[in-house]
Amino acid sequence: MSTGEVDHTVQPAWCPGCGNFSILKAVKKALEELKLKPEQVLFVSGIGQAAKAPHYLQVNLFNGLHGRALPAATGAKLANPSLTVVVESGDGCTYGEGGNHFLAAIRRNIDLTLLVHNNQIYGLTKGQASPTTEAGQITKAQPGGVASAPFNPLAVAVAMQAGFVARAFSGLPDHLTALIKEGVQHKGFSLIDILQPCVSFNKVNTHAWYQKRCYVLPSDYDPTDWERAVKTAMEWGEKIPLGLIYKNNRLTFEEHFSVLQRGPLAGKGPDFKVLKEIMEGFF
Amino acid sequence: MKAVEALQVVVGGEAGQGLVTVGQVLAKALVRSGYRIVVTQGYQSRIRGGHNTFTVRASVAEILAPRESIDLLVALDGVSVALHEKEVPATGLIVADRAWVGTNAPRFLGVPFAELGPQRMVNTLALGVAGALLGLPQGVLTAALDDLFGGKALSVVEENRQALIKGMEWARTQSTAFPPLAPAVEGPRRLMLNGNEALALGALSAGLKFFAFYPMTPSTSIALFLAHHAEKMGMIVEQAEDEIAAVNMAIGASFAGAPSMVATSGGGFALMVEGVSLAAMTETPLVIVVAQRPAPATGLPTRTEQGDLDFVLHAGHGEFPRAVFAPGSVEECFHLTRLALESAEASQGPVFVLTDQFLADSYRAVSPFPLEGLSWVNPMDPLKEIPLPYQRYRLSESGLSPRLLPGLSDHLVVADSDEHTEDGHLTEDLLVRKKMVEKRWAKGVWLKSRALAPDYRGDPNPDLLLVTWGSSRGAVVEAADTLKQRGKRVSVLSFPQIWPMVPNLFLPFLEAAEKVVSVEGNLTGQLARLIRRETGFFITQRIGRYDGLPITPEYILRHLPE
Repeated sequence: MSTGEVDHTVQPAWCPGCGNFSILKAVKKALEELKLKPEQVLFVSGIGQAAKAPHYLQVNLFNGLHGRALPAATGAKLANPSLTVVVESGDGCTYGEGGNHFLAAIRRNIDLTLLVHNNQIYGLTKGQASPTTEAGQITKAQPGGVASAPFNPLAVAVAMQAGFVARAFSGLPDHLTALIKEGVQHKGFSLIDILQPCVSFNKVNTHAWYQKRCYVLPSDYDPTDWERAVKTAMEWGEKIPLGLIYKNNRLTFEEHFSVLQRGPLAGKGPDFKVLKEIMEGFF
Repeated sequence: MKAVEALQVVVGGEAGQGLVTVGQVLAKALVRSGYRIVVTQGYQSRIRGGHNTFTVRASVAEILAPRESIDLLVALDGVSVALHEKEVPATGLIVADRAWVGTNAPRFLGVPFAELGPQRMVNTLALGVAGALLGLPQGVLTAALDDLFGGKALSVVEENRQALIKGMEWARTQSTAFPPLAPAVEGPRRLMLNGNEALALGALSAGLKFFAFYPMTPSTSIALFLAHHAEKMGMIVEQAEDEIAAVNMAIGASFAGAPSMVATSGGGFALMVEGVSLAAMTETPLVIVVAQRPAPATGLPTRTEQGDLDFVLHAGHGEFPRAVFAPGSVEECFHLTRLALESAEASQGPVFVLTDQFLADSYRAVSPFPLEGLSWVNPMDPLKEIPLPYQRYRLSESGLSPRLLPGLSDHLVVADSDEHTEDGHLTEDLLVRKKMVEKRWAKGVWLKSRALAPDYRGDPNPDLLLVTWGSSRGAVVEAADTLKQRGKRVSVLSFPQIWPMVPNLFLPFLEAAEKVVSVEGNLTGQLARLIRRETGFFITQRIGRYDGLPITPEYILRHLPE
C-alpha cells in the first residue's frame, strides 16, 4: 500500500483552478517522499473546502467538526503517539471557529503538523469574510467592507514561540512540498500557512496578486533568530515572505508524560494491583 | 446517658475556617469506627467568607439520606448559630464559643476556645469537643487527623493533635444531656468515598485511559482524582482550553483507541453538545459525566438539582441512540460508570452518567469494591471479525460495524462527521444517507436490550407508589420506610438508568398502584413527563425541589399530597 489517490469514485469537489488542487498534489508528494506507511499516518480535518482534502488521500482520516480539528488531533496523538498526525483545514476553521484551539496547540507544542489552506475567504459558505480577509474588502456579507483588522497567524505563532512556523504558496508547489516534509519531520507543533487563491469568491487575492508579492526567504535567513522572525512574520502587503520563518526545539507536549513513552494507550487494561492500593487509601 | 442509634452533626462556619477539615476528620473517624454516614456539603462559591456547612448523619444501621433536624451543631461562627439554631430540637446541643453564648444557655455548650488554644486551632478544638460528645475513641480521631494532615509539617500535625486532645479532654469534664452514639456493629472495614471518587474509581477499573476536562463545580474533583493517579494508572488527563476542546479531544483519543471520558456540569455540557452529535455520527465511544447543579446559566454553582435530565436526553442535533445512567448511591457511581464505559464501547457512541452536586460531594461508608476479575474495555479485542475490504461503517443488521484503530491495524480507518459511505468518505448519495440513519438508529436496539430494569421495592399493590431517579432515591426510600411504619402500604420505583426506557419493565408497577407520586429535584417533573411520553401513563402528583438543596425524607413527607 502506498500513498496515492484513493481509487473510489469520489472526485474533488472543488472549482476548476482552485488552489486546493496543487496543495493536495504537494501533500501527496511530500508523503510519498517521506516514505511513510499510509496506515501510520492520521489526517484530521475540520469543515470547509480545505478540510475535504484528506478524503482524496489514502491515509487514516478523522474528518471532525468545524474548528475542532486540533483538539481531535491532540486526543488522537496522545492516545497513540506513534501516529504521524497531520491536521489540514482552512483559515476560517483554524483561525476563526478554532481560534482558541490554535493558541492552545501552540502552547502545548504537541508533535503534529498543521496545514492551513489560507485563501482569505470562506469558500464553502460562498464568500463571507474570514479572519484573514483584508480590512475594507467588500463581500456579500460585509457590503460596507470588512471592519475588523485581519488576523496574522504567523505573527501570533512566532510571538508565542511556536516550534515551527512557515508560510507557503500554492503557486510554488515544490517549495510547499519541501516545507511539508520539513514540518512533518519537526518534533513538535508545526504550522504551515499556505496562501492560495479562491477563484470563485476572492477576487482580490488572486493567483497573480500572490505571485507578484510572494518571495522565498534567502538561504542565509536564520529561522532561529526570534527577533528577526517577529519582523519577518509582520511583513505583509507589497512583499510577502515564504519559507520557514521561525523554529525552535522546545520539549514536545508528549515528552512531559512518561505514560506516552510506553506506546499506544489502546489495549492496555488497568493495573488492578495499583487500583486496589488507590482504593484502599480511602479506608 | 442513653446512647442513640443515629444522629446528625452540622459543622457550620465561614469558608477558610477549616470546617471541611473538621467534617472530614469526623466522618473518617465515624467510618473507621464502623458507623454508616451520609454527608451533605453546602458551600458558597467562594474560597473565603460566606456561610458553609458540612453535615454528617451517622448511624449504627444503614442510612441513605440526610435529615433536616440537627442533633449536634458545631458552630465555628455566630452566623452558624443564628442560621441553624431553629433546626436544633430541645434534645439537641449547640457547641459554640463561650464568649458568645455564656455558660448557662439551655441547649448550648459554651467552649472557652480562647483559654484552650490559639485562634487558629478553634476548628480542631471544636473537632475534639464534637468527637468526645459522639463518644468516638481518641486514637481513631487523632489517626484520622494525622492522615488528613499527612502532607503537612510535623509541627502543624502535632499542634493540631494536641488541640484535638485538649478539646476532647475539656468536653469530658462537662456534664451535658447529649446522648452519644450507640456502639457500632462489628464488621468488615469500609471506605469513606463520595460520588465523584467512586465514579472515578469505577472508570479506572473499566480501563479508562483518556480524560479531558475544563474545571467546573461540582465535577472538578473527578478530574483532580484522575490527574493525581494518572501516571501510575497509565492514563492521560488533560485540562483543555475549554469544554469544546475537552470533548473533541476525548473523541479523538477514543477514535485512536483510548477508552475516553469527560466530566462537567450543565453549563460546560452546553458547550460539549456538538461533541455528543459528533460521537454519534463518527460512531466513536464516549462517556460524558454531567454532575448537575442548579441552572439556567451560571445558576447556583455549589448547590444541587436534578434539572438537566431533559437536556441530556435531547442534547445533540440529529437522531441517534444514547444511554443515560443515573446513579442513586455512591456504590452505583462506581458500577454504573463501569457500565457506561462498556456500553459506549459496545454501542460505539455517546453514553451519559448523570449525577448532581449532592451525590458528587456526599461521603458514605462503602464496602470495598471487589476488583479481582473485573472486565475492562478493550477496543483492540483480538476476536473481532473483520470482513474485507475493511469498511469502518459497513452496514449490518445490528447497526454495529467493526471498529479498527488507526495505526493499530493494516487497514485504513476513515471517520467522518459528514454523512458518509461505508468506507467513511463523505457522500451526498441520499440512498446511502437513509441507510446510515437506520444503521445508527439500529444500535439503539442493543442498548435497549441491555437497559437496566428500574428498581422496585415494596408491596406489589401499594396504596402509594413513589417514583424517583438518581440521588433522590435514598430520601424516597427513607420516606417510604417512615410511611410504612405509620401503617401505609408504600412502594418505591427508582430508575438507575433512564434511557433507553423500556415500558414493560415498569409500567405494570405504575398501573398496580392506587396512587403514584413522582419525586425529583426539579420543578417540572422531567422523569414523570418522560414516562408519560413513553408509556402514556400520566403521573399527576409530583413533588419537586429546586431551591438548591437535596431532597430529604422530611421534605417528601411535608409535600406529600393528601
